Amino acid sequence: MINSDFLSSYIKKERQAKPILIMAHLVLGYPDFKTNHEQVDVMVKAGADIIEMQIPFSEPIADGPVIAKANQLSLARGTKIQDCLDFAQKVTTRHPKKAFIFMSYVNILFMRGIANIISQSEKAGIKGWIVPDLPPEEADVYLAECAKHKISPIFIYAPTHSLARLKTLANYSKGMIYAVARKGITGGKTNFNQELIERLTIYRKIAKKPLAVGFGISQAEDVDFLIGKADIVVIGSKLIEVLDEGGLTALDLFLRKIRGNH
Amino acid sequence: MKLKYDSYYGSFGGRFNPEILHGVFTELTETFEKVKADNNFWLEYEKILKNYSGRPTPITEATNLTAHFKGAKILIKREDLNHTGSHKIDNVVGQGLLAQRMGKKRLIAETGAGQHGVAVATIAAKLGFSCTIYMGEIDAKRQRPNVFWMEKLGAEVIEIKSGSRTLKEAINEAFRDWVNNPKDTHYLLGTACGPHPFPSLVAWLQSIIGKEAKRQMIKDYQKLPTKIIASVGGGSNSLGIFQEFIEHKEVGLVAVEAAGLGVDTDNHSMRLTANKGTVGIAQGYKTLFFQDEEGQMRKTHSIAAGLDYIGVSPILAYLVEKKRIDCAAISDKEALIAAKLTMRKEGIIPALESAHALAQAFKEAPKMDKKDIILVNLSGRGDKDIFNFGDLFFDKKWQTFIKQKAANQIESKI
Repeated sequence: MINSDFLSSYIKKERQAKPILIMAHLVLGYPDFKTNHEQVDVMVKAGADIIEMQIPFSEPIADGPVIAKANQLSLARGTKIQDCLDFAQKVTTRHPKKAFIFMSYVNILFMRGIANIISQSEKAGIKGWIVPDLPPEEADVYLAECAKHKISPIFIYAPTHSLARLKTLANYSKGMIYAVARKGITGGKTNFNQELIERLTIYRKIAKKPLAVGFGISQAEDVDFLIGKADIVVIGSKLIEVLDEGGLTALDLFLRKIRGNH
Repeated sequence: MKLKYDSYYGSFGGRFNPEILHGVFTELTETFEKVKADNNFWLEYEKILKNYSGRPTPITEATNLTAHFKGAKILIKREDLNHTGSHKIDNVVGQGLLAQRMGKKRLIAETGAGQHGVAVATIAAKLGFSCTIYMGEIDAKRQRPNVFWMEKLGAEVIEIKSGSRTLKEAINEAFRDWVNNPKDTHYLLGTACGPHPFPSLVAWLQSIIGKEAKRQMIKDYQKLPTKIIASVGGGSNSLGIFQEFIEHKEVGLVAVEAAGLGVDTDNHSMRLTANKGTVGIAQGYKTLFFQDEEGQMRKTHSIAAGLDYIGVSPILAYLVEKKRIDCAAISDKEALIAAKLTMRKEGIIPALESAHALAQAFKEAPKMDKKDIILVNLSGRGDKDIFNFGDLFFDKKWQTFIKQKAANQIESKI
């Protein structure tokens, strides 16, 4: 079953018409679910291809200050996992032509029951999952449930990885490989340079599946830089900052500017 | 039963890290395996602790407390007499040597009570590392003297203003730093928690406490204690003294958590006691956490910053599950009363953390036979708690002094 999952087929199909796809991120329940609905509609209309929805957790250790704070504020408002599943059901029904994935930390899956949350995700129309603190060595149940429910488990490439580690992760990752553009947490600054190009070339050779690049993408030039080197660009913290500062109008403008040229 | 250092203890432990830390954890695990098999490492470790920290720490017979409670003989393992004032120096010396072997240039650490932070800042100065300490804003306020000394020792102290602003946020932030600087930095985790190999590594380094205690008991008392009592935050001091005695079934081991405002309130730091903790995965490891049914961590409370934490060592969670260790919980108030009594009766000023262990000993001693022996692990001294004690004792003279001091113009005389 080489790359036969929904997500990689979807990405390949969309890529035929576009030089690069956009994966837009949001934290569920932040600032609130009503805004989240409008946010997703804006993202889809402005040209996002994949929507990454983060279920908030109280200890988001891989996230930087912007996303960590959004997690905290969402939980302070009382966001529950069921709210996130219900939300997913609605937006995936409303936008059947787009791909939606979930991201959260392992305790959220573990406490709900991995089998339960993965099957619920499938029912809600989710196509992939990212769990940054669940390495494949600890993921037997998760991987089995994902396979059973046609969910692509997406693993992450880091700049510090050895070739052996890249190969291991490529074996487990479905749909895409999520490559971290630089060392560090979300929301920092990335140098788009020769070193990154070389790394992405190696990743492509080893991964043999769509390559998404995230962490530190904050302007249209960054996206231009990645064309031809990656299949998907992931925009996370920046979209929250744009929304916080200028609301949905600013979010729409920002995404259109990025999509505009391509 | 015998304890084997591994990545899992029963179903507890493991390693749940962001991928970016895969390399550093592989390196750390390999180095740990090497030094564990290298007897010279342990000898060097013991030598530094002897000449720099004053180990072995003595066991003091608490004659007045024993007479007061009219039961078991109360002995105190004096970890408070270590350099920097607590058992934390052991782990820090050991991991400092490890960091040198790995060629690291910088140490980072979390701290709750500030005892671990001071120890890390101290060893960074001694071994020539640059140093950053993460501390929750609430802890930094309630342990201000330790913040002062960390800075004077050359460390940068970063206060965390997000979340519950206590130990768990400090750990999250230290991990974020490490994710940003995996090459040149060693994260010197202070307790037997976190992803493998930290629980094993810290427990192994702290086992020096129990090894000494066993030798001392046999030499001076010709028998092992009936019970050993230690306070539990993450678990480093309790595992430090317990490990050596695990295979001696006749020795009772009691882990004392913080009941905070009371066992029946929501303001406590209990994970082992009274089924308050449930199995979860956070901060890189699987253990009993104080969390809600959806896996969100709850707010903990203790008068003692070093006990105010959501998780607990996976090794302790395992030993409690196997019923090798008993647990108990002591309230803020009980700890304070025990601290006061220990000062008056024995001339020893315990840290608020360690006072929880003393309070439990005082509950158990009267119910035991005069031939029985309770060994309390006094993990640290109370100097750092001077402002807390000042408030808690509601000491009028001290408060007047603080007000006067604050009102005075500050001028350097040098």
